[in-house]
Amino acid sequence: MSVRVQETDFDVSGEIAKLTAGDPGIGAVATFIGKVRGEAEGQPLASMTLEHYPGMTEAELEAIEAEARQRFQLAGSLIIHRVGTLLPTDNIVLVITAAAHRGDAFAACEFLMDYLKTRAPFWKKEAGSDGAGRWVDARDGDDTAAKRWHSK
Amino acid sequence: MTISKLEFVTRSSGELMQETKVTAREVTLRYFAWVREKAGMGQERVTLPPHVETAADLIHWMQTRGPAFAAAFAEPGAIRVALDRVHVKPDTKIGTTREIAFFPPVTGG
Repeated sequence: MSVRVQETDFDVSGEIAKLTAGDPGIGAVATFIGKVRGEAEGQPLASMTLEHYPGMTEAELEAIEAEARQRFQLAGSLIIHRVGTLLPTDNIVLVITAAAHRGDAFAACEFLMDYLKTRAPFWKKEAGSDGAGRWVDARDGDDTAAKRWHSK
Repeated sequence: MTISKLEFVTRSSGELMQETKVTAREVTLRYFAWVREKAGMGQERVTLPPHVETAADLIHWMQTRGPAFAAAFAEPGAIRVALDRVHVKPDTKIGTTREIAFFPPVTGG
């Protein structure tokens, strides 16, 4: 179980191998990768810059992981979130969950992303082809997705 | 209001008096994303006035600290507050918090 905030890209298969190495109890691994799209609100996107709150970010991600461990039977989990300036097709975030069975792996992966999107202190600023920057607004849909888990 | 310590003062008459000393609360304020850009700075040290007790009080006080802050804090509903790196609601008391952060709703992932 660990979290990382970094500027550099991540190696998905290398991270899965490290997370699952030597554990014969793991029968299922789920991954989610968030990526930078090449357009924003119908306009071409030149780049996206991610800002965060060092210290609080790691604390929130660890709290979200701890919550996932209470709710699901997990053998391991990993969250990596990139910061700095990223380009279209670049990776932004990686979540890996490992469990005995796929139900826990899938559900925990989705839970981690839903909570991360509404609690972890990251902010995206998009730059269009004209160079003008625009802070991304939070989406109501993200709140709705996170609230689904409240009754479970 | 934070009462930092109680001091016992012995007067010339020998009478023991209890005096309550209220010290100013010095905190670090941090700003992120567009709040940082509008405020024109990432962080600063300030002394909070005694009437500022909750997160909502803080936002209203920030609006009075000059034109840049007035613009940054014009819409209290658009600002989120963290006390010592924990998300809080508007009615949360500031208490002995040392670091206060203001930012828009998060947009990571």
